[in-house]
Amino acid sequence: MANKIFENAEQALDGLLFDGMTIMAGGFGLCGIPENAIAAIKSSGVKDLTVISNNCGVDGFGLGILLDAKRIRKMISSYVGENKEFERQYIAGELELEFNPQGTLAERIRAGGAGIPGFFVKTGVGTIIAEGKEHKEFDGETYMMETGLKADISIIKAWKSDTEGNLIYRKTARNFNPMMATAGKITIAEVEEIVELGELDPENIHTPGIYVQRVIKGKFEKRIEQKTTRSRGDA
Amino acid sequence: MAWTRDDMAARAAQELQDGFYVNLGIGIPTLVANHIPDGIDVTLQSENGMLGMGPFPFEDEVDADLINAGKQTITELRRTSYFSSADSFAMIRGGHIDLSILGAMEISEGGDIANWMIPKKMVKGMGGAMDLVAGVKRVIVVMDHTNKAGASKLLRKCSLPLTGQACINRVITNLGVFDVVDGGLKVVEIAPDVEMTQIVASTEANLVE
Repeated sequence: MANKIFENAEQALDGLLFDGMTIMAGGFGLCGIPENAIAAIKSSGVKDLTVISNNCGVDGFGLGILLDAKRIRKMISSYVGENKEFERQYIAGELELEFNPQGTLAERIRAGGAGIPGFFVKTGVGTIIAEGKEHKEFDGETYMMETGLKADISIIKAWKSDTEGNLIYRKTARNFNPMMATAGKITIAEVEEIVELGELDPENIHTPGIYVQRVIKGKFEKRIEQKTTRSRGDA
Repeated sequence: MAWTRDDMAARAAQELQDGFYVNLGIGIPTLVANHIPDGIDVTLQSENGMLGMGPFPFEDEVDADLINAGKQTITELRRTSYFSSADSFAMIRGGHIDLSILGAMEISEGGDIANWMIPKKMVKGMGGAMDLVAGVKRVIVVMDHTNKAGASKLLRKCSLPLTGQACINRVITNLGVFDVVDGGLKVVEIAPDVEMTQIVASTEANLVE
């Protein structure tokens, strides 16, 4: 049986990286991001990347470190508002940007992994993102075509993996990770804990191991963007 | 007195019905959660993959794996479920969410909304806003009636790039409540001590009886 467990992110990415490649990176904001693979991609020196990710980290953390190092040529995202360097590079014309509505982005990735090259949605009809897209009527309503997305590699973050790469995620750190696992030619999952076969409940696997080729146990900072609390004095 | 931000949130909360699944946007819409009327039970959806969003955590409950769409730390409830972004937007796009309350920069008398982009000035992205306005059963905008320069945000036609076309049902501003109907906006309610003349003067969109 092929071994899916790797020592660290450098080894898990060995032989997979090349200039001009497309990488999907999981996470919503800084929640559920593959911190270890992002750092290893930065130290590898690979460049001219197309990165598909809902956001682009923040200045100095998450995908922001690839942006700061000018490794990203193009981003496909739904929201990049937390990152000043992103705005600077985009306005200076150093960075290509394709905005997708968040649900359209999620579905394009799901479709890419599921062998669906195109599908129709209402989202964005009549807006600037509809320009140049095929439109079609279904039951009297106008929809437009969106295409599936795939990547050379997907880097994702899960909570636990077994040695077969069966994954479970934790709370809202799931977000884009399960779809991205299916849409990468090679998917590298970094997890907080690797457990033996049989320890995860087969009824509750979120991502079956067929989608996951390489697994590492990572180290996570888990930075919080907006720590918001209430005090026990509040009603 | 025109309504304050909190008054607008409280007025928007009156739109909630028992059993509703609701998505609240960032800004004033977030405040709606503080005004849910007694006896009304709603389930809040967070588009990053959660139904049954709870209040902000106590300091010792903060969990980096548990955030809302505004990236704020939150808590779960006994009813909570978690799911992927694709499932989350299947709920939204598929018309399973009863109500979306969100902010806007401009709306038009035909129910168009612009809230995601100012060309050459603001490039943040639409996030989930285009999916929400296209897919949710009922869409209510909460925003100031005019911009900082005093110009109407209720227009004949939006000047900014659209988030969605003919998708808004109702607008709640600091001056009143307006429904999108054939031919323009219908005044449903006027904020206390606001005169109709002030609404007429502050509204570019066509007002209809």
